[in-house]
Amino acid sequence: MKDIDAQSCCSVLTDKAEILVGSAEKSRALRYVLYMVPLLILWVFIYQELANFSRLMTYSVLRLQEGNHLSSAIEFFIFETPKVMMLLTLVVFGVGIVRSFFTPEKTRAILAGKGESVGNVLAALLGIVTPFCSCSAVPLFIGFVTTGVPLGVTFSFLISAPMVNEIALVLLYGLFGWKIAAIYLGTGLLIAMISGWVIGRLHMEHHLEDWVLQIKAGGNGMEEEKLTWENRIQYGLDAVKDIVGKVWIYVVAGIAVGAGIHGFVPEGFMASIMGKGDWWSVPVAVLVGIPMYSNAAGIIPVVHALIGKGAALGTVLAFMMSVIALSLPEMVILRKVLKPKLIATFVGVVGFGIMIVGYLFNILI
Amino acid sequence: MEIKVLGPGCSKCQQTEKIVKEAIAEAGISANVEKVTDMMAIAGYGVFGTPAVVINGEVKSVGKIPKKDEIKKWLGGTII
Repeated sequence: MKDIDAQSCCSVLTDKAEILVGSAEKSRALRYVLYMVPLLILWVFIYQELANFSRLMTYSVLRLQEGNHLSSAIEFFIFETPKVMMLLTLVVFGVGIVRSFFTPEKTRAILAGKGESVGNVLAALLGIVTPFCSCSAVPLFIGFVTTGVPLGVTFSFLISAPMVNEIALVLLYGLFGWKIAAIYLGTGLLIAMISGWVIGRLHMEHHLEDWVLQIKAGGNGMEEEKLTWENRIQYGLDAVKDIVGKVWIYVVAGIAVGAGIHGFVPEGFMASIMGKGDWWSVPVAVLVGIPMYSNAAGIIPVVHALIGKGAALGTVLAFMMSVIALSLPEMVILRKVLKPKLIATFVGVVGFGIMIVGYLFNILI
Repeated sequence: MEIKVLGPGCSKCQQTEKIVKEAIAEAGISANVEKVTDMMAIAGYGVFGTPAVVINGEVKSVGKIPKKDEIKKWLGGTII
């Protein structure tokens, strides 16, 4: 507290000092930007050369024969791994910087003033950029609900935050192209918005555990720290270290599995089990997905393998959304604040939304 | 000095507890570190995310692993 007082009184007394500090900060930020530009150019250059590099490695350095399964699997692996890792690093860094502008507290403040429909849309969108980890789900939930964010709007946020995230989008883009990434983004947001809206319409506030509403949460009086650009860039770098450090193993493992399947398992292998033909494949995919728990990074390689071998896109998308958005551990955590009926409603509404998306894509594509 | 680390037990919360203890040891301060895992208690502090660090009843950080230097600054600040 003392620090803050001292600072604010300084800035009143000596505006000049403030300006000097400000310009020093700016020049430091500028230096960061100067570092960034060549790095970015280098990134683009390497990224574009990856396909050539993987061919060179496979056929000239490793001297594998062209046209057989093993070499095509290896070429796939050498190409995909650095490609996805590079994309992931860049996007996690970018999103990290964006996230430094959105704390859960700020998101709450934005949502608290909004009515239901607008609130649902905003909450789903803010779910993408607000830092969120599923172990904070309960305090966040309580914080939202007890400070004037409507229940349905809170759910929109809780559905969107884990489901629509940058890792999922990068991996989808890297492995399937921008169309599927965009479809996932769009439908994920829609499910979050509509499910939250429906839950809000059902007026289930009395299905919260009683102690929740007795808590006087509200602001904890902590001063919002002022971040400089240097801090934000640091925040982005920390995010890269943290997320890429955790996720790379899934990515490599997933691509390795993908490469194996790419080379060896016959095309159309999955079509018989997860193909378009059977109406029940979508609900089964959703049901199977619920007890499974994985983050986006873990599940997408599996998805990749499934689609590559003829499983229908809608069915696989439904499976993936179910695994990420409806997880048993999260429900156990949420049980502390929600009565069973509300949890069941949550699963029912979201599951139904996911199923519609599944059918829709099986019909459209 | 009463220090509480709020968090249900995710890996970030454990790291936070470790860093807090290290900071205390390095600063040479005697302080009582308590890990709060109960959701009701955590929610009572009005924090929106975990891990959170509370020093003498004042919430110092929320939703991130604080840097050791930061913690030392908080420790120093509350003594005076």
